Amino acid sequence: MSGIEVALKHRLGDFELDVAFTAPAQGVTALFGSSGSGKTSVLRAVAGLDRADRGVVRVNGEVWQDQDHFLPIHQRSIGYVFQEASLFPHLSVQDNMQYGMRRIPAAKRQIPFHDVVELLGISGLLKRATQRLSGGERQRVAIARALLTSPRLLLMDEPLSALDHAAKQAILPYLERLHDEFAIPSLYVSHDPNEVARLADHMVVLERGGISAQGEAATLLTRLDLPLAGYDDASALLEGYVSSHDHSYHLTWISLQGNRVAVPREDLPVGRHARVQIQARDVSLSIRAHADTSILNILPVRVIDTREISPTQVLVRLELEDGQTLLSRITRRSAVGMGVHEGMQLYAQVKSVALLS
Amino acid sequence: MRFSIQFFLSTMVALALFETGVEAAEVKLAVAANFIGANREIAPLFEAATGHTTRISYGSTGKLYAQIEHGAPFELFLAADTERPIKAEEEGLAVAGSRFVYAKGKLVLWSARPALFNDAEGFLKQGDFKHIALANPKTAPYGLAAQQVMNQLGVLGSLTPKLVRGESIAQAFQFTATGNAELGFVAMAQIKEWQGEAGTLWEIPSEYYSPIAQAAVLLKKGQTNPAATAYLEFLKSDVAREVIERYGYAVER
Amino acid sequence: MAFDWQPVWLTLKLASTTTLVLLIIGTPIAWWLARTHAWYKQALSAVVALPLVLPPTVLGFYLLIMLAPDGPVGRLTQALGIGTLPFTFGGLVFASVLYSLPFVVQPLQNAFESLGPRPAEVAATLRASPWDRFMSVVIPLTRSGFLTAAVLSFAHTVGEFGVVLMIGGNIPGETRVLSVAIYDHVETLEYGQAHLLAAGMLGFAFLVLMTLYLVNGRITRSHQP
Repeated sequence: MSGIEVALKHRLGDFELDVAFTAPAQGVTALFGSSGSGKTSVLRAVAGLDRADRGVVRVNGEVWQDQDHFLPIHQRSIGYVFQEASLFPHLSVQDNMQYGMRRIPAAKRQIPFHDVVELLGISGLLKRATQRLSGGERQRVAIARALLTSPRLLLMDEPLSALDHAAKQAILPYLERLHDEFAIPSLYVSHDPNEVARLADHMVVLERGGISAQGEAATLLTRLDLPLAGYDDASALLEGYVSSHDHSYHLTWISLQGNRVAVPREDLPVGRHARVQIQARDVSLSIRAHADTSILNILPVRVIDTREISPTQVLVRLELEDGQTLLSRITRRSAVGMGVHEGMQLYAQVKSVALLS
Repeated sequence: MRFSIQFFLSTMVALALFETGVEAAEVKLAVAANFIGANREIAPLFEAATGHTTRISYGSTGKLYAQIEHGAPFELFLAADTERPIKAEEEGLAVAGSRFVYAKGKLVLWSARPALFNDAEGFLKQGDFKHIALANPKTAPYGLAAQQVMNQLGVLGSLTPKLVRGESIAQAFQFTATGNAELGFVAMAQIKEWQGEAGTLWEIPSEYYSPIAQAAVLLKKGQTNPAATAYLEFLKSDVAREVIERYGYAVER
Repeated sequence: MAFDWQPVWLTLKLASTTTLVLLIIGTPIAWWLARTHAWYKQALSAVVALPLVLPPTVLGFYLLIMLAPDGPVGRLTQALGIGTLPFTFGGLVFASVLYSLPFVVQPLQNAFESLGPRPAEVAATLRASPWDRFMSVVIPLTRSGFLTAAVLSFAHTVGEFGVVLMIGGNIPGETRVLSVAIYDHVETLEYGQAHLLAAGMLGFAFLVLMTLYLVNGRITRSHQP
């Protein structure tokens, strides 16, 4: 049985954790929820840092916990990245990175030191004292340290939440590359839909110690019955491929099976898989396809459903011709004026598209 | 009779107070630890008889002397030896001529265990025990006496490795009473006060050691305090002597 | 009269032995106290701290009773073939360990508590076994706590008097330590000897404490960002 099977029941005072999910053996599974939803508890239990009253944790068929077994943390092949980098202050950057690596047999070191150093851009930091690193650098070292144990499962507990916006933006590309580069399945705890949109393939949504939804990240992000779509920066993920480059206007076109969207020029080979993110607030709707607009990306869509998210705003879930989903946030006045209803054919005008990978 | 003495003395005190108009008649005593029991009985008798009050500090003779030497406010010193009171006189800390022996200590060999020995001298010579307690001969008169006894019996050399020295005779008794030392040289006064098991006792003949004379002396600080002189006198009274003897001391008649 | 070094050596031997024993038994106690949420944690903390408030004579008195041939500990030590502890060097070590316990447990407990569980957790996720993470992470990060504990325990044992006097029996070369020797000299009015030893002890205490503050300051600085 491949994949990461988790079933936990635990009571701690008033808080009761009761979750069961299976994460795929590949890709990033986000454990999403607000604080107090139990997402960190799940991660700690999977790692073995805490012991759930009753629980089953199986990773690719290997039992880490069930009724009769409890594998101690240090015997679990995990890489754990904490919220704060938690580097060892008495060790240099390099010694921090090698701390875990030295503790696994040489034959099991599948991830070469230099690859990690290069991937995370820390070759210049190796000899430094950890106290002299910026927040972003510290977290990169912490990620490298976890990776170097060649884990079978990567556990990340809001690794970006302690960083400021700029540091966060700087480190996200490293995380994306990491998941492309090393095929290590990951559980990624986050309360930031934007982060989830950029990194996650799958999602488990936690609420008050239980699971409220699980599935493909792209689907869950746009489901109007989940809290995700209601966020200020709610967004949709679309999968496509690089179709061409427009040299004169410095654009790259991403094909979405029949339609296409433009993003600022990226040096990517034509035909390469691409994932784009479109914020709900960047999508406006019109009944006819306008040619007289500055908006480049105009996509024919069909309304799936709508939800009032405030007295002034309405969120509209749209389906593209290829079946992918898009979100649009418009005023309630416009929605009523246009007579937006389920099944209606419209044109989505997309102001900006972010290329994720 | 007693009533009239008491009346007389308290009148005297009242007059003294009236005349000088200052000092309360309280005497501050420094009393050697081995005399605690007896003194606890004597002090109330003294207070009842004279109307004076007492404030008493107990301690080892050496420690009390060191305190007196460094200005402690004691007015009367009841030592466990004669050496310190003499020294106090010489150093000008005490009133010359006020010194007298108020009690003579009796040394006994004692064990908390019943029937540990029949023939104490033979038992000491045999040395079939692990520890024998005594007070430190350098600092405590009872310790010195114990050393003299062992010397007299010719066992000092053989017993030296087994000697455990208490800081005071009180501690030597503690070592013995708790059974940590099988036997010990302690004061008869302690045995009289001991509430526990009778154990085994040998009253050591007084010719085996030089007398453990305990002297009292009036200190310079108490020179003008009528209560201090009164206490010194009271120690010589029959009432006090009776108590002192009952507590296992000899008194000079 | 030649200077008598015996009490000095005896004292140093007692202090080193006590410190070593205390670090070995105090560390797990402090670790447990720093980590546990057990309801009896406070009770145990109070027991450990007792020697701070108890007069040494009280401790000494109870030790005399407990270690006596028919006392609970005395029976045990005899059954183990060690004999009885009062009036022996072993007995002094036993008493000093009890007496100085809070001086080791409290700095260590503070160090462990302020360290928090995180570094050991991180080490655990990096494949370090419990013993390994204690040695490679916890000890290096709580160095100053260990140093404080060791110095306090050593210094406190050197300065200990009441308990040693109560159960030592003042045996030269066995239980006659420095503080007792000084006391004897004072009692017998040998003030010259007393001064020599006392001044030596004062200087020693000063050196020890100054070293502690210096080293502690350096460690603290090197760990601050």
